[in-house]
Amino acid sequence: MKVDTKQVEEVARELYVRALKILPPDIKEGFARLAATETDATAKSVLGTMVANIRVAEETENLLCQDTGIPIYNVTIGRGVEVDGAALQRAIRRGCERATREHPLRSSVVHPITRRNEHTSCGPGVPPIHFEFSDEPDRLVIQMIPKGSGSENNSWLRMAIPAEGVDAIKTFVVDCVLDAGGKTCPPTIVGVGVGGTSDLCVSLAKRAATRALGTSCPDPEGAALERSLTEAVNTLGVGPQGLGGDSTAFAVHVEVAATHITMNPVAVNMQCHSARRASAALTPSGVEYGF
Amino acid sequence: MAHHAFRMPVTEAQARELRVNDTVTLEGTLFGIRDATLIAMFAKGRTTRFDMKGHAVIHTAPNVRKVPASPAHPTGYEPVCVGTTTSARMERFTAPLMEREGVRLVIGKGGLAAGSAQAFNRLGGAYLAIIGGTAALETTWIEAIEDVDLDDLNPESLWQFRVRGFGPLLVAMDSHGASLYEEVDRKARARRENTLARLGVK
Repeated sequence: MKVDTKQVEEVARELYVRALKILPPDIKEGFARLAATETDATAKSVLGTMVANIRVAEETENLLCQDTGIPIYNVTIGRGVEVDGAALQRAIRRGCERATREHPLRSSVVHPITRRNEHTSCGPGVPPIHFEFSDEPDRLVIQMIPKGSGSENNSWLRMAIPAEGVDAIKTFVVDCVLDAGGKTCPPTIVGVGVGGTSDLCVSLAKRAATRALGTSCPDPEGAALERSLTEAVNTLGVGPQGLGGDSTAFAVHVEVAATHITMNPVAVNMQCHSARRASAALTPSGVEYGF
Repeated sequence: MAHHAFRMPVTEAQARELRVNDTVTLEGTLFGIRDATLIAMFAKGRTTRFDMKGHAVIHTAPNVRKVPASPAHPTGYEPVCVGTTTSARMERFTAPLMEREGVRLVIGKGGLAAGSAQAFNRLGGAYLAIIGGTAALETTWIEAIEDVDLDDLNPESLWQFRVRGFGPLLVAMDSHGASLYEEVDRKARARRENTLARLGVK
């Protein structure tokens, strides 16, 4: 399959707008699940407002949240896909700029030192575009994630040591949830990276935070850890918006990588309740949008 | 748990009537302000032509569309999506906003800290919690962008919105020293040991 980069530009533009407007079904189900078990009256009311907002966004075709985030694109290239990589990157960036100008969207992206906003949602190194490869034939998947700053500003890395064991990981996650309080727009997906190098650990945490609800860590030890942490953080009582209640997190997601014999790194990155993502699969039969 | 329908601006006495867990709905003028606006005003010596005395500010930077100026859109900006950002980053600006500009009410999400609580107590003000991430809903409470100042900071300009039925907002910090955030945080930290025990942490 040969990839048409003009089509990629259109898809990259469309994905940014779709992600900002349509919440994935797994997140909507997550709200229903939390609302059914929440015992705190304020928390019930807060969850009700969040669900009402999802409906209003769909009815008015408006953005779910004003924070257009830092745009992130994840590209998965299947077997037999022929693509000019550099042209693909440029096409995604152009699509991102066009979405910002043409919708229009608030450009939330500035130069880190001058704080200058180019009003394109782009800048040096942004949008980050990640590439992966899959065994699926004739299929190129582009996923778009607008990562809001309320949750992103609460990101942590701790280079624990082997003598601290898995207890260091568990304690760190609980303390991050406490420190985040209402700032991350809970209920959140708490993404935890375990192992790797420092940079890999943080990227695992981001992958975990942006994974669909209902999926689990492919590593059985990681999967067991995410189940126990999900139950545990929801006993803290931080609640939706940090105003108290049972619904602190939709889930804790864990991703693991092997690490060094001397290392025990743990990273936490959170995704807010407006856990937005959109994807498109490009195949010989056309473009199919999903999440 | 009373409900207050405020036509802006309000007096110190009205602001001091508010108690945590009360609800508030605003009518009339609301100012949008955030990081760059506040840094410009209080760290870089910029001033505004707006009279914010007795008014409410909301921590926001909206999505707007440029349109020809008209009675409906006097600034040439049409609101597209107006929502609320995390307040904690703006903590150090609460007291100067109240002292220099006479602001009474701060609307935001996630709460403010002890310094702001003291300012609300000393000067007569309150923090009204909006539900973060519900901007589509919030936008339906905005009638128009009436005016804009410091627009070189766009989208972090100083926005003057006209609102109708803006809320209900939850009084989360009041002038009597109460803060729902402080209370929730204290209780959550008291549960930490129990939570860690459930996880088998030794």
